[in-house]
Amino acid sequence: MSFTLIGKHEKDSRANRDGYVTAMEEMMKADRNVVHIDCDLYNCINTAKLEKEFPGQCFNAGIAEADAVGVAAGMTAAGKTAFVHSFGCFASRRAFDQAFMSAAYAKLPVHIVGSDPGVCAAYNGGTHMPFEDCALYLAIPDSIVVDPTDYAMLHCLTKKLAASGKFSYMRMVRKNIIKVYEDGADFEIGKGVTLKEGKDVTIIASGIMVDEALKAQETLEAEGISAKVVDMFTWKPIDEELIVTSAKETGAIVTAENHQVNCGLGSAVAQVVAKNCPVPMEMIGVQNRFGQVGAQGFLQEEYNLTAADIVAAAKKVISRK
Amino acid sequence: MQKTEKMKELRVFAQQIRVEALKTIGSLGFGHVGGSMSVVETLAVLYGDIMKVDPKNPRWEDRDWCVMSKGHAGPSMYATLGLKGFYPIEQAYTLNQPHTNFPSHTDRTKTPGVDLTTGSLGQGMSSAVGAALANKVDGRDNHVFVFVGDGECDEGQVWEAAQFAAHYKLDHLICFVDSNKMQLDGSVDQIMSHGKGIGAKFDAFGWNVIELADGNDVEQIYDAVKAAYEVSGKPTCIVLNTVKGKGCTFAEPSGAHSSQPTKEQWDEAIAFAEAELEKIKAQ
Repeated sequence: MSFTLIGKHEKDSRANRDGYVTAMEEMMKADRNVVHIDCDLYNCINTAKLEKEFPGQCFNAGIAEADAVGVAAGMTAAGKTAFVHSFGCFASRRAFDQAFMSAAYAKLPVHIVGSDPGVCAAYNGGTHMPFEDCALYLAIPDSIVVDPTDYAMLHCLTKKLAASGKFSYMRMVRKNIIKVYEDGADFEIGKGVTLKEGKDVTIIASGIMVDEALKAQETLEAEGISAKVVDMFTWKPIDEELIVTSAKETGAIVTAENHQVNCGLGSAVAQVVAKNCPVPMEMIGVQNRFGQVGAQGFLQEEYNLTAADIVAAAKKVISRK
Repeated sequence: MQKTEKMKELRVFAQQIRVEALKTIGSLGFGHVGGSMSVVETLAVLYGDIMKVDPKNPRWEDRDWCVMSKGHAGPSMYATLGLKGFYPIEQAYTLNQPHTNFPSHTDRTKTPGVDLTTGSLGQGMSSAVGAALANKVDGRDNHVFVFVGDGECDEGQVWEAAQFAAHYKLDHLICFVDSNKMQLDGSVDQIMSHGKGIGAKFDAFGWNVIELADGNDVEQIYDAVKAAYEVSGKPTCIVLNTVKGKGCTFAEPSGAHSSQPTKEQWDEAIAFAEAELEKIKAQ
């Protein structure tokens, strides 16, 4: 693991999805067995150029997610390293039985990519807003579930998943998001990243919530509260050691996820905490609600997914110590 | 070898598969007899003559693939693969016992020679299509065979996969529809009918379609596969007009999806199938 934290809270000039596309391009060039299957969304994630460059490695399944995942399983059985993409809602709910049986149960390491996770579905609205995609994939035995933080991490994890030999689900924000890490950062699946050390509380976040957690840490610091910040981009297999160490060091935990708190990151962390080192916890995430249409900023406010919400949760959890 | 001689060999092989599949299910006393019996002639043609496989190297890259999307016909796959030498046939008699490698539905991680995992109906169609696509882009000349049931064709995924296969011109994919006219709750016509017919549907999806008058006749099946091999630019669907429970004394009359007959009924069914085998051999 090696990375440089930028800490400026500024948006990347590049669309986040290009982190995936660039990684795929590099892998496809080196290995003709790396393939991408899409569900009529080439133009949404900029993979049309891959199809032009690698015609035998990109396939459009049309608007048929269940079939796409099954095709990916068959291609994997025939020696391919297959990534399948659709919006996160369809890549999970619509194709779950196929992902479960044709791929994971059959020990075929298909890699599923779900774009527009949680509130990032924004103007596509509640029908397209997966707050449960990771919950579904966490339930599959021996799966890998990751929620990358930014372009650099998405680029790195795409390659790491291809090399993992395991069934996986990866979330992917499509548009420009906050650049947290310098390009070239290297991460290890299953290992959380400590971004700030602290002693009063640990904030464990992933995806778009990592930058919110970093902003919350700054606010808390200004108020004399020392918060540790962990980027827990791998939800499964989760970094138990880092959770236990953090619980012991700080005695309180706040989780922050762009997902429902039921069967999500908060639940996964709580399982580890409850078994190994019970400390007070608060969970920032969607609380038993469906998604709705709107700008991402509005939705983050609406579902309490902001730095201010993390600050409030941190203070509350510290008071419960 | 003369064709008549070859057909007789395939009829013998088919009946051997039937006997072993009955013994396999009979060792437990209950199971999916109906849909296992209707496909044995096709399995005999594939593994007895058509398919390139290596029992010593089940994952041989250039092999032909066989996907039993109607995964509940597992016992007939197990009988076929055992007789073909992928493992001693007696191993299949552990069907559904604790930690067996022979579960109800075919599982690529457990049974040598099983190419893909099936059980949730419709799914084997897509994964077979994926295998055929990978073979095609890699320039391999091997074929992928997939069995779907007529009841299974209720699943939308069958048709998603069918359109994909036609779109990508997967002419090395051959789909057998085991049209035994029965599904779990009753006859296909009664439970969920198929409009202008399953063959007409595949035709509308851009497939080459061959309908067989008797899908339990090895010669018709053999000729259909040979004809399918000559077609380029589109996948072939062979609609097998079969009888559910074919050749099993208790299952053929009922057409049941699964059966749990008495010990006496099992003994009678196996004895009858074995006597038929001797008759076919003596012809």
